[in-house]
Amino acid sequence: MKYQIAILAENKPGVLTHVSGLISRRAFNIETINAGYTEENDVTRINIVVNAYNETELNKVIHQMAKLIDVIKIVNISELPSINRELIMVKVKADTPAVRADIVNIANIFRAHIVDVGHENVVLELTGEQEKLAALIDMLNCYDILEIARTGPIALSRGTTPIKNM
Amino acid sequence: MEGSQAVIKCLKEQRVNTIFGYPGGMILPLFDALGKDSSIDFILTTHEQSSAHAADGYARASGKAGVCIATSGPGATNLVTGIATAFMDSVPMVIITGQVDSNLLGRDSFQETDIFGITMPITKHNFKLQSAKELIPLLRKAFALALSGRQGPVLIDIPKDFFYADIAYPENTTENKAAKPDADFIICAAEAIDEILKAERPVIIAGGGVVLGRAHKELIAFAEKYKLPVVSTLMGIGAFPNDHPLYMGFAGLHGRKSANYTVAEADLVIAVGSRFGDRQTGNIAHYIYEKHFIHIDIDPAEIDKNVHSSIGLSGDMKTILNLLMQREAVNNPDAWWKTLKKHKEKFAYEYTGKYDVPNIMHHISQTINKGDYAVVTDVGQHQMWAAQHIRRRTPRTWFTSGGLGTMGFGLPAALGIQLYYKNKKRVIHIAGDGGIKMTGSEYYTIAALRLPIISIIINNESLGMIRQLQKVYYGARYFSCNFEYKMNYVKYTESFGIRTYDVHSMDEFVEAFSNALALNEPQAIIVNAGKAFVEPMANTVSGINTFVNF
Ligand SMILES: Cc1ncc(C[n+]2csc(CCOP(=O)(O)OP(=O)(O)O)c2C)c(N)n1
Ligand SMILES: [Mg+2]
Repeated sequence: MKYQIAILAENKPGVLTHVSGLISRRAFNIETINAGYTEENDVTRINIVVNAYNETELNKVIHQMAKLIDVIKIVNISELPSINRELIMVKVKADTPAVRADIVNIANIFRAHIVDVGHENVVLELTGEQEKLAALIDMLNCYDILEIARTGPIALSRGTTPIKNM
Repeated sequence: MEGSQAVIKCLKEQRVNTIFGYPGGMILPLFDALGKDSSIDFILTTHEQSSAHAADGYARASGKAGVCIATSGPGATNLVTGIATAFMDSVPMVIITGQVDSNLLGRDSFQETDIFGITMPITKHNFKLQSAKELIPLLRKAFALALSGRQGPVLIDIPKDFFYADIAYPENTTENKAAKPDADFIICAAEAIDEILKAERPVIIAGGGVVLGRAHKELIAFAEKYKLPVVSTLMGIGAFPNDHPLYMGFAGLHGRKSANYTVAEADLVIAVGSRFGDRQTGNIAHYIYEKHFIHIDIDPAEIDKNVHSSIGLSGDMKTILNLLMQREAVNNPDAWWKTLKKHKEKFAYEYTGKYDVPNIMHHISQTINKGDYAVVTDVGQHQMWAAQHIRRRTPRTWFTSGGLGTMGFGLPAALGIQLYYKNKKRVIHIAGDGGIKMTGSEYYTIAALRLPIISIIINNESLGMIRQLQKVYYGARYFSCNFEYKMNYVKYTESFGIRTYDVHSMDEFVEAFSNALALNEPQAIIVNAGKAFVEPMANTVSGINTFVNF
């Protein structure tokens, strides 16, 4: 099972290493990880998707992570009503006007943005849930995908309560 | 104030009076400051690993944070085994390593290693200093972290130039507040008492957490109140008086049969400060079969980690045990005790006075229990024999590397422990002929300081425990476990200026031990024992009350 975990941590050197090191030490796989500042300057939010056998196993890692000194709060977002988004950029080969027109069409259908156009390629940007991103890639696979970069998902719980107050 | 002086001032503020360590380029400014200050004793060991073990021993004996210092690069990496040993046994330590100048970091400079990265998984927390002004706040935090909650080692890596930096000494504004148990907790405690009163065959497993939580008095009161039998883990020896009528012995892979049967037959296991380590439980499926568990531990992450418990109580051990005593003892454990008494009689060890290691350990036990002594072991067969046959009555009189099982721990730890106990308790150190060759250089420090440690080397001319494993699991194909080449251990310890006894019989041992006790100086006794196997040895596949036949 994949679980979306949000961790609030003090923005100190080594925090990410402490967190990711612990997860791999406890024999879990990190699918994706990303981090960024939050509404509070000195707090970093680390968003992780981990693969765990089941919820009991997941809770063991959550307990271990809660012990890390710099970790302020850790929440399993998957068990809450939440919104989940990921951003992806795809560079596709488009060296003929016909291909370019096709790709612009596909982008429109998916409401993706064309963020760069060159003589021989275009770059698409799409934000959404993972199924939507997968569908876009699936469509673009009919063409020549040169490169993909993705952020990994981030998630927020619904309602007014931020996870720091949970 | 110079950074190095500020560090010394902060150590004094934290009431540190003994430091272990080894010098080197990147920590020399701190040595310079230490040298100018006579109020902190500095103990120079012969190896950084020993500095760490000695600080660890000092901490285990005192309950204070043990402090050790070393230089960058090889000095820091030499500490690693010692730090990992302390981490696995939840020992509070503060480790200070020097690092190359901050402007040289990240360039593979001379003696630069990423000790922050290396020690991340073996410390409770570690700090890599970014600026000199963090020096004192983070050093204070290191002490606070090492000593709070589940204790453990904390490392702080300090670039050399920070020792020279001019910093303001910040005021100490930290205060300790004790947490009150919340409502949930009190409900769980009430449920736990219900379980205890309901149980037909309850047992307490006393672990090292009782010692660390200073809760042995509460544990005795708790066990006595509900007439609960008590077994101890390797780390819990001394947490409960070993001559108490409720005591069933040391349990685990090499536990006493009386203890293992008690646990195997119990319907309710109350683990107090024990983490259900695999050396304690053996095969987990067998272990948990038809049992309920109440798990009491300072660390919430331990609850349900290895064994799923019906009730987990995480917090201060004393508080929890006190909560568990607030009900009338309406349970009736008589039938259970009838069984337990039979186990006690049936499995009582018969000491014949024959010349073998169990009888030697028994003699040590009988002799030292008339006075104030601490026992420190190394790792191997002798450790298990000592755990089985040396009885301890009070906490912090039994020291061993349980979680990591580090050969070479014993002698340097004995150094730290004896330095703490001074003349209040004398240290009996027991090692094997293998482990003693790992950190035996520490006889130098012990001899130089004239510490009255009595060091007993069980010479079975082998890595006895390896030989035992090869016998049981590898068809007795003995490989690299026998010391074919003989060395002279008597001359070895004597070369340090330590009076040494060479023993070949029980009579000789009795005489040597009594002579050693009469003399207040470091001494060694070489016990030339044959090869043997430690029994009982629980069968790890089929449950802790089934045993390997030799
Ligand atoms: C540093 C380290 N290396 C290896 C081991 C594996 N090991 C466990 S017991 C043992 C043999 C110990 O031999 P000795 O010190 O002579 O004690 P004995 O078992 O003979 O009493 C070994 C090699 C260990 N525990 N620690
Ligand atoms: Mg040996």
